[in-house]
Amino acid sequence: MKSVTEDRTTNGTTSRSNGFIGPAVDVYETEDGYVLTAEMPGVNKDGLEVTLEGTEITIIGRRNQLERTGESLIQERLNADYRRVFELDPAIDTARISARVDKGILTLTLPKSEKVKPRKIKVKE
Amino acid sequence: MNMNVIRWQRPVLANWPNLDRLTGLRAELDRFFETPLAELARNSQVFSGWSPALDLYEDSDKFTVHVELPGMNKEDIDISLHGGSLSISGERKVEEKHESSEAYRSERYVGRFQRSVHLPAPVAGDRVTAQYKDGVLTVTLPKAEEAKAKQISVQEG
Repeated sequence: MKSVTEDRTTNGTTSRSNGFIGPAVDVYETEDGYVLTAEMPGVNKDGLEVTLEGTEITIIGRRNQLERTGESLIQERLNADYRRVFELDPAIDTARISARVDKGILTLTLPKSEKVKPRKIKVKE
Repeated sequence: MNMNVIRWQRPVLANWPNLDRLTGLRAELDRFFETPLAELARNSQVFSGWSPALDLYEDSDKFTVHVELPGMNKEDIDISLHGGSLSISGERKVEEKHESSEAYRSERYVGRFQRSVHLPAPVAGDRVTAQYKDGVLTVTLPKAEEAKAKQISVQEG
């Protein structure tokens, strides 16, 4: 069985000095389709870019500027934007894909095409 | 290359990788070539539990701490100050509908986290504030009066 979303990320370019990093992603299946959640702390609606090209979906999250108040004593956060590319299962109805972002989490809802869903066929007498 | 997806069951110990993590493991390998090793060791589920990224800044009158905690409920974040150390801990729970669904990829952490950071100067505990925005927690700790840098004027003698 083909996996729902295959990671197709290759190198991308960005203006940020540290380039792109791949966000951690969960993908799970529901009755109507699939849900993909990506962790992008520091990204809100203004920084989000979701592009669909055929069956390939690219998610880019440009984060809010890292605030630097004074001397840096500990620096673990990366000054990088988020980017990841996925190949979608053809069963997904791309016209009905929706995206929302909240608390630094992108949620992509990927509904299955109606014709792919199991359907009961009435038996005539 | 297609990965066979095995039905995923939540492991009892979130730190232990199991066979179902093959899809996650492949992403881990991709990340080896994308991230610096220190970042990988900290964030990788294969190596350790959840340790959120933390920044600490100091200027003349305050410390500022930023912690990356996407998808948390404010109420589930605990912040405490004790003996000159700031402690941030909490727990992230999986959304209920996620529980019964079949998972194809599972890279995000679930469960408890804890970070502690020692502050090199005393702070005014009653004036500490915290804000949670876009998945980033920012804690602002004003320095105690005696800790602030002071100008000392030179008298003519």
